[in-house]
Amino acid sequence: MTYARRALTVAWKDLVVERRSKETLNALLFFSLALLFVFQFALGPDRERLAAVLPGLLWLGFILSGVLGLGRAFLVERENDCWEALLLTPGDKSAIYLGKLAGSLVLMAVVETLVLALFVLFFNVDLGPALPGLALVIGLGTVGIAAVGTLFAAMTTQVRARELLFPVLLLPVLVPVLLGTVKATEALLLREPLAAVAHWLKLLVAADVVYLAIGLLTFDFILEG
Amino acid sequence: MTTLLGWLAGLGLVAGLVMGFGVAPREVTQGNVQRIMYLHVPAVWVAYLTFTVGFAASIAYLAGRRPGADRLAHAACEVGTVFLGVNIATGAIWGKPTWGTWWTWDARLTSVAVVFVMFLAYLLLRGAIEDHERGARYGAVLSIVAALNIPLVHFSVYWWRTLHQPPSLLKPGSSTMPRVILTALLVNFAAQALLGAYFVARRARLLAAEEEALA
Amino acid sequence: MVAVPLIRVIGLVRVFGAQRVLDGVDLDVGAGEAVALLGPNGAGKTTLLKIVATLLRPTRGTATVGGHDCVRQAEAARAILGVVAHGAHVYEDLTAHENLAFWLRMGGHAADRDALAGALADVDLERHADARVRTFSAGMRRRLALARLTLTHPRVLLLDEPFAGLDQRARKWLEGRLETFKAGGGAVLMATHSFGRELGVADRLAILAGGRMALDTPRAGLDPQDVQRLYVAHTEDVS
Repeated sequence: MTYARRALTVAWKDLVVERRSKETLNALLFFSLALLFVFQFALGPDRERLAAVLPGLLWLGFILSGVLGLGRAFLVERENDCWEALLLTPGDKSAIYLGKLAGSLVLMAVVETLVLALFVLFFNVDLGPALPGLALVIGLGTVGIAAVGTLFAAMTTQVRARELLFPVLLLPVLVPVLLGTVKATEALLLREPLAAVAHWLKLLVAADVVYLAIGLLTFDFILEG
Repeated sequence: MTTLLGWLAGLGLVAGLVMGFGVAPREVTQGNVQRIMYLHVPAVWVAYLTFTVGFAASIAYLAGRRPGADRLAHAACEVGTVFLGVNIATGAIWGKPTWGTWWTWDARLTSVAVVFVMFLAYLLLRGAIEDHERGARYGAVLSIVAALNIPLVHFSVYWWRTLHQPPSLLKPGSSTMPRVILTALLVNFAAQALLGAYFVARRARLLAAEEEALA
Repeated sequence: MVAVPLIRVIGLVRVFGAQRVLDGVDLDVGAGEAVALLGPNGAGKTTLLKIVATLLRPTRGTATVGGHDCVRQAEAARAILGVVAHGAHVYEDLTAHENLAFWLRMGGHAADRDALAGALADVDLERHADARVRTFSAGMRRRLALARLTLTHPRVLLLDEPFAGLDQRARKWLEGRLETFKAGGGAVLMATHSFGRELGVADRLAILAGGRMALDTPRAGLDPQDVQRLYVAHTEDVS
């Protein structure tokens, strides 16, 4: 199945390049750490106030890291002049989108795991039985963020003022994902059962499906140049 | 054709104003300020209508690459954004004397604001791309994402504002609206829809003229 | 019956904003032929190559590769195209071997170790197979890009300044490669700035100036001075 092989090849290439250059991962990790400190200082030492806004802070951290990291998704293509060469490869170009998405998901998973661990440490959160549900919510939310982010990153790569335009495009579109994940995370941390947030999960799944479908169907038009 | 549309829109607006400020009853608690609803509510309906037109035109453009489809999509998204702006502004004007505040994070205002920002970003993107053909392609993809995102925004914001049980409908239907108010709303909706169509037609024509001047 | 030329360009127009970079260009390149595209900077050589390479859409006119329209049948055209542009299309943090493997797999082929090693040996890079491309010189990167072509067997080659940055040995290798390619029925369109030895591989010269084809003539019998004279004559009139 050459489609799957091409997608995997793109993902493999991105992960190898990232592992060797270490540019993005290191920056994201330090950024998340800095964000943690900023949150703490902005909100003060009041334990209860922190506990109330924790889900929002967590997802703020995830989304801001996502904006930073995803904005660079096609940077390696631009810097190495490979964008056109990818366009010239035969076959369905959506395989490239899928490969990029897979690579970004791996990167974001690493960052999110570390951020979550830091949150647990710094804010003394007891995840306990909420962890599996939380992992599901984080997974669904991240797929949504990455699906739109990869598509928009491709769009803004070739445009002036890309660093500014990318978050401006991405953040409003991600409002449903932000709301869904924060509310679901909030409920789960209050030890509510997964069934109580079923409607949020359904929203996240619907969003993921819509964004992935659009990404797969329209990436060709973006890559064209 | 466009001129006829313009005249019809003009007539419609007059009819709408008469209905809204003359025929419709004065609201008991809020007073005359409530009449702003006849501008406020139809504006968002027209906006969503034009975004749907933009969505369809964007798909048509990607499929057939006809410049006319792109001009329609571009014009529709612009005009829709303007109508949303009208909705937000009239909402604020209505809110200040009624609730004492210019803004509140209630479900409808918030979801309209999010959609407004999404399509502002669309305009920003098109402005940032110099190559016309690329701007058309990227704009089409973005308007498809934005249009399909509207129901997601709507649901997520509405559930966010109503605590535990999510409603099973779009929003609590006020099917108990008095007939005359409903009529006034519909007249204004028709008028604004005609105005919107007129604006879209003129804007599309302007875009065509811009392209010709450059070619 | 005359076969359709492998590259056929008819009435090509390309507008960028307010600028008419190509203003009605016609060009044919047949099987076994190599055409050298000459012209001053900004004449539209790269734009023309990009349109034939399916990387850019023309504003008007048509371009076909192997009979496939570059806009409507782009995928079919890409299947027989080999393109080496200004940038070498290599990932700096991957090794030479990994780069070739990547592009091979993206092309839908399996990355055969022996074939890769052979291709690298062809361009004299086998000693650097496992070195990261970041450490390569410009000439080495160009050779790596050319190595890719030996693995994908295109029928039409589009080259943008292919001899730039190559040393004597690499130039000889490339000339030989292009002659073999032509002998096998391939077509070559190459943009170039110099009038030296590399024109030897060209069968025709095409001079692009002011967005149009100012001259399209067989190269046989012309020495570098003749070429220089023709070039100056046809590009100086156009401001």
